[in-house]
Amino acid sequence: MLAVNFLLLAAVLFCIGVFGVIARRNAVLVLMSIELILAAVNLNFVAFAMMNDNIDGQVFALFVIAIAAAEVGVGLAMVLMIYRNRKSIALDGLSEMKG
Amino acid sequence: MNLHALIAQPDAEPAVNIALNIGFGLIATVMIFAAFSVVTTKNVVHAALYLVLVLAGVAAQFILASAEFLAVAQVMVYIGAVMVLFLFGIMLTRAQIGKEDGLNNQGWQLGIPVAIVLFGLLGYVIFNTFEDDVLEERAPFPTEQLSDQYLSAYLVPFLAVSFVLLAAAIGAIVLARKD
Repeated sequence: MLAVNFLLLAAVLFCIGVFGVIARRNAVLVLMSIELILAAVNLNFVAFAMMNDNIDGQVFALFVIAIAAAEVGVGLAMVLMIYRNRKSIALDGLSEMKG
Repeated sequence: MNLHALIAQPDAEPAVNIALNIGFGLIATVMIFAAFSVVTTKNVVHAALYLVLVLAGVAAQFILASAEFLAVAQVMVYIGAVMVLFLFGIMLTRAQIGKEDGLNNQGWQLGIPVAIVLFGLLGYVIFNTFEDDVLEERAPFPTEQLSDQYLSAYLVPFLAVSFVLLAAAIGAIVLARKD
């Protein structure tokens, strides 16, 4: 199997995730797009671990999984707080801090 | 018996395994379709379910890349825990059941050229750099090798991650508390 297969698949997932972060207005959907990006990064780590015959890539991929879980927990707690205060989770409404 | 022994063909070329490539292509197609649906569907619950498909596909690709422990961790953490969190988030923010308008920003079309240019750039770099690199088929990395790394060379980052998880759990409780 060619390394390019894995890397291109990860690149496609990454670009779709970036598109989702830019295009979506609903905060939960933006968090889902971030998950897509992190999954793409993990695919790259694992492919490089296999290519170099070195397990360090998998170690890093597991770190990414742990950080992603923490990020989703805190992110959804913030979304819930925003919903409680504003009755909406539309991200373009959050402009109080605009200078 | 591992999966590689099952799908490997006895007299295939060492570098190119047809069955492995076909499996990779099928899973990759499903993953790309599902990822595209996550960012385009008008139904929030459907987006979450398509995300399950993408993450399960990633776990399957991990198995093809001989990372079996990571595949199991991916299934347990993402499909087991993170998706439940997402569904709770959708439920508690009272998303509409069924189609919903206003999920996209006003200037959402801006994302299309950004994504295409980014993919062009990444694809160009990847093809130039890794054109001939082959992922050689191998037995799965033993899990004890992974744990050896965690408890020797990466011990400090490992402990740091455990603190991050603790801080995230406490922070989430503090943020989401009622009063």
